Amino acid sequence: MSEPMLLSAFQPLLPGGFFGHFGGQYIPETLMAPVQELEQAWAEARQDPAFLAELQDLLTHYVGRPTPVYEARNLSQQLGGARIFLKREDLNHTGAHKINNSLGQALLAKRMGKTRIIAETGAGQHGVASATVAALLGLQCRVYMGSVDMARQALNVYRMRLLGTEVCAVNSGSATLKDAINEAMRDWVSHVQDSFYLLGSVLGPHPYPDMVATFQSVIGKEARAQILGQTGHLPDEVVACVGGGSNAMGLFRGFVHDPEVQLTGVEAGGRSLEPGQHAARFGGGSPGVLHGSETLVLQDTGGQILETHSVSAGLDYPAVGPEHAHLHEIGRAHYVSASDEEALEAFHRLARSEGILPALESSHALAYVLKRAPQMRPDQILLVNLSGRGDKDVHQLYQAEEKQ
Amino acid sequence: MKSINATLMACRAESRSALIPYLTAGVPDLVTTARLLHALAAAGADLIELGVPFSDPVADGPVIQKASETALAQGVNLAQILDVVAQVRAEGLETPLILFSYYNPIYHFGLENFVKQALVAGVSGTLVVDLLPETAGRYLDAVAGSGLETVFLAAPTTAPERLARIDAASTGCVYYVSRTGVTGTQAQVHVDLPATLAQLKTHVRQPVIVGFGISTPEHVAQLKGCAEGIVVGSALMAALDTASSPDQAVEIASALIRSLKQPLEEN
Repeated sequence: MSEPMLLSAFQPLLPGGFFGHFGGQYIPETLMAPVQELEQAWAEARQDPAFLAELQDLLTHYVGRPTPVYEARNLSQQLGGARIFLKREDLNHTGAHKINNSLGQALLAKRMGKTRIIAETGAGQHGVASATVAALLGLQCRVYMGSVDMARQALNVYRMRLLGTEVCAVNSGSATLKDAINEAMRDWVSHVQDSFYLLGSVLGPHPYPDMVATFQSVIGKEARAQILGQTGHLPDEVVACVGGGSNAMGLFRGFVHDPEVQLTGVEAGGRSLEPGQHAARFGGGSPGVLHGSETLVLQDTGGQILETHSVSAGLDYPAVGPEHAHLHEIGRAHYVSASDEEALEAFHRLARSEGILPALESSHALAYVLKRAPQMRPDQILLVNLSGRGDKDVHQLYQAEEKQ
Repeated sequence: MKSINATLMACRAESRSALIPYLTAGVPDLVTTARLLHALAAAGADLIELGVPFSDPVADGPVIQKASETALAQGVNLAQILDVVAQVRAEGLETPLILFSYYNPIYHFGLENFVKQALVAGVSGTLVVDLLPETAGRYLDAVAGSGLETVFLAAPTTAPERLARIDAASTGCVYYVSRTGVTGTQAQVHVDLPATLAQLKTHVRQPVIVGFGISTPEHVAQLKGCAEGIVVGSALMAALDTASSPDQAVEIASALIRSLKQPLEEN
């Protein structure tokens, strides 16, 4: 058995689950008891060698970890700058990083004696991962998904149904990820006794942001060892897309203690930086409280949450994980945005140069790489988290091209 | 103008229950909201909960979600709602008003500024649905000593050891959520609810109001005397949703409140 892969937080969480002033527990009273129950169960489980061993075993033999770090030589050569390495989370079972967290939380749910899991999903990858682990562990599963997202990710909806999960359409608000989370929280409020809310990103009330980041930190921990093994050096910069921010936080947790490694998150610039046309929280957001924590939020002058747009359902969300807001505030990580168009261009670029179809979410990180790599020297290393594969997006791309 | 606490303490002394309708501000529009506040009071409301619409109302069921959407579609915001409160106070409304809101609109307004403006307008107290006594530190600091009353929730899932903290943080009253779920109407209130409330009152010094799922005069009759106040929200908002004009909205609301008040006036 290899050593447990779970890392602690990059710095101790402040009491109440705060990263600086971001985070916390802003929830209706009814949820306080289940949130405290979860806090307690998670605090015990993360110290329990038997729990960690079971998780490690499934990550190895079921998910297929460790995922490779692959040097994209063709792309590097074409861009003529840094050596580009891809952390291949797309090669996980179910096709994205999401299962690292779904598996961890589902094992925790089972340990807590819960029989039913609730999840929200944007692109459908977290929904598919949750449906998968529910089937594996014999849990009942319901996934909430915005009807707009169901239309653009129809294949993932069908995959969830094949796995025995009930997918519920959410029509309120912008009918995307934010509204799916609202509905999942309402379900949780109504079924606190038997249900476990399997939240898919580093969002929500404490302990979710830290717990999800801890389950995802396997990405960064593996990647750090792999890149050192393959090149003898730490990367100069690591890059990941940021919707809620779980794949980015998973990667960043591996490098946050290495001050020489630049951490870069790429959010969705959408069609333009006009309100409602993007999901660039670092660009256009301000401190606010949504879905249980204080973080950077896109909101209007009255404190109402704004609708967002991104070509990728997984990045189409008006807030960001509180740990990212904190890393941004203290200047440890920096955040940029890529537009829909730039992401699509990067999608095609990787497909043609390396024979890999990236998810549209991950394509945002690649869009930044296309600009960044040529500014770097050939002896420098740029590590990108390829958080998911693009099979789910093929139909959407096909339809878009048909229209043109 | 009496406070929330004094009004409910008077109910306790007289062994009666106050009727507390909930109204989302801006439904069907803010001009009508002012008329509705007067009409609710005239029809027998002892206190009124005035809801601030929010884009992401996670504690609310479909009826109040729809009401929030209606209000937000017109651009209703907290500043305008405070103007309506100031207006009805100037017109002579004495009924205590509890502002019911999610935290973000208040936080974004600025906590100190909100407390000041709310008091100037004539708000009696606030219930912030996603604040817990444990996480309300900055808000409680802003409110402390201002005279703006606070209301915190207790729920069926609340551990008994937390009740003292909820009681201590609440200066207006404690609001008991009658079921584990979101707001909304239901066919029956739980048969154990009167006993649960009696038990709760052994732990809580502040007056207790009860809401979530209380929809009919029969429900009100069942809970009469079990709490200092009974809140009816979704039933009123669902009724208002059927109105085709502001005049009709006022008529419907008045009739509903009179029917809900009736069991409270019988001996």
